[in-house]
Amino acid sequence: MLKTVKNSVKNDSNFIDVEKVRRDFPLLQNHYNGRPIAFLDNAATTQKPQVVLDKLNEFYTQYNANVHRAIYHIGEQATREYEDARKKVSDFINAPDPSTIIFTRGATEAINLVAYSWGRHNLSPGDEILITEMEHHSNIIPWQLAVKDTGATLRYIPLHLPVDGTLDLQSLEVNLTNRTKLVAIVHQSNVFGTINPVKKIIKAAQSVGALVLLDSAQSVPHSKVDVQALDCDFLVFSGHKMMGPSGVGVLYAKETLLNSMEPFMGGGEMISTVSMEYSTWNDIPWKFEAGTPNIAQAIGLGAAVDYLNELNMESIHAHENELMDYASDMLKNTPRVILYGNGSKRGAIISFNVEGIHPHDLAQILDQDGIAVRAGHHCAQPIMKRLNVPATTRASFYVYNTKDEIDRLCEGIEKAINLLC
Amino acid sequence: MYDIRELYQQLIIDHSKNPKNFTVLKDANRSANGDNPLCGDKVTIYLKLEDDVIQDISFQGSGCAISKASTSIMTTSLKGKTVEEFQTFFDIFHQMVTTGKTDSIVLGKLAVLSGVHQYPVRVKCATLAWHTVKNALEDGIRKIATTE
Repeated sequence: MLKTVKNSVKNDSNFIDVEKVRRDFPLLQNHYNGRPIAFLDNAATTQKPQVVLDKLNEFYTQYNANVHRAIYHIGEQATREYEDARKKVSDFINAPDPSTIIFTRGATEAINLVAYSWGRHNLSPGDEILITEMEHHSNIIPWQLAVKDTGATLRYIPLHLPVDGTLDLQSLEVNLTNRTKLVAIVHQSNVFGTINPVKKIIKAAQSVGALVLLDSAQSVPHSKVDVQALDCDFLVFSGHKMMGPSGVGVLYAKETLLNSMEPFMGGGEMISTVSMEYSTWNDIPWKFEAGTPNIAQAIGLGAAVDYLNELNMESIHAHENELMDYASDMLKNTPRVILYGNGSKRGAIISFNVEGIHPHDLAQILDQDGIAVRAGHHCAQPIMKRLNVPATTRASFYVYNTKDEIDRLCEGIEKAINLLC
Repeated sequence: MYDIRELYQQLIIDHSKNPKNFTVLKDANRSANGDNPLCGDKVTIYLKLEDDVIQDISFQGSGCAISKASTSIMTTSLKGKTVEEFQTFFDIFHQMVTTGKTDSIVLGKLAVLSGVHQYPVRVKCATLAWHTVKNALEDGIRKIATTE
């Protein structure tokens, strides 16, 4: 009897009532050209639920004040809400302590923070950084700049050939040596949706004494990520890709690393004492948050985390898997469609081209029916080079997307074929 | 509601599928490369310029329907034109794709691209080849044009 009850509870928690979810998102109630907006560009950014918008409004209308400074009560409330948001984010990724959560402007800034505060002080000629050919530009350029300044070397794990959207992990053995100081790798590809076997890569990196940075911008919003179980050294993600406001991102790092690292930017808040000759630094996390932080955005992100928790990350992931299976089947049966990537573990991102139609023309025609997809190189030009295409079209899903929207996508593709081919 | 067919008119589709002057010009004395980093469009323009007159023009490259058609129609319009006439064309064309104001007497077939002004992101697609011709004319050596 007890077993039956447990099962029914489990089933309930796995169920996403998508129509109910959609009602929480004001933007999704809009129409364009008489059609409801089908937002299928969630790898770029996501829509915001009313609770996040309300939280921003609450901050600005009820306790807008600077944090960690004010003696008056609304200042204290702002500080409390800001630090509560840090705690929520910390719990969300199972960080050991909120002090290991640094609020940044975004995932890009979080990677740059590591490249400057850790990279510039720990890399020297002969050292190597290992990244992959699958990276977003934000996890390539900071390291190109870091090796330029330090004389270290940048190496790549290539894509598996022929391109199937996975990494050539056999090359790990060749590329991972005792010269490797850092492995910086994308958790889930923003082009193929591939979920990389990061736990295995982290273990391999640890065996040569290298640190690991995970770019989890595409994974944290869509599935349960546990930094302690992964045992990664650094992990970054952005708030706006998980229903939070733009302008806030997160760096998680192990406490010992954060304590040993130099500050990123100098200014108010990040200091302990200042004289004209020298200064000492504040404790972590504030050592890395110079100036007035993005208070409203961080508090808004806290509200987004609450909302995601309420929906349940496992349920979100299950809903997206269902959408992804459906989209793959539907697109496979749509004429002229070429799909890229078929890794065994994938998030809800699908890249494709339609033979004879440039992605920009396709996206333009889809837009007329209220369907928003991304067309371009997705800030991953090395991948485009490997695929030998200038660009792809990408559909990426979130918990509020429906099978009906995927049907509309496929109808739109056929319409474009009729118009242009 | 703006009909997408206003943008993708039959003439544009025809030129994008079967572009004119889509070849390497063997006796070109000017050429330039153009690049639209946003969408990966690439174009190379070849010119045969004699006494300030565009005697012949061709192009190679890859891009969306708008950029291909714009380039193709442009090449058919510029043959026999002087550098000064090109400059006038350039200005009127640019005005059309950014504001919708069309001088169809001067522009002729190019007026078919007037729908582009409704889609600001696509202006770069329509003007890439024009910027590239300008570069080819200005210094003659190979130069990368971008629409940034």
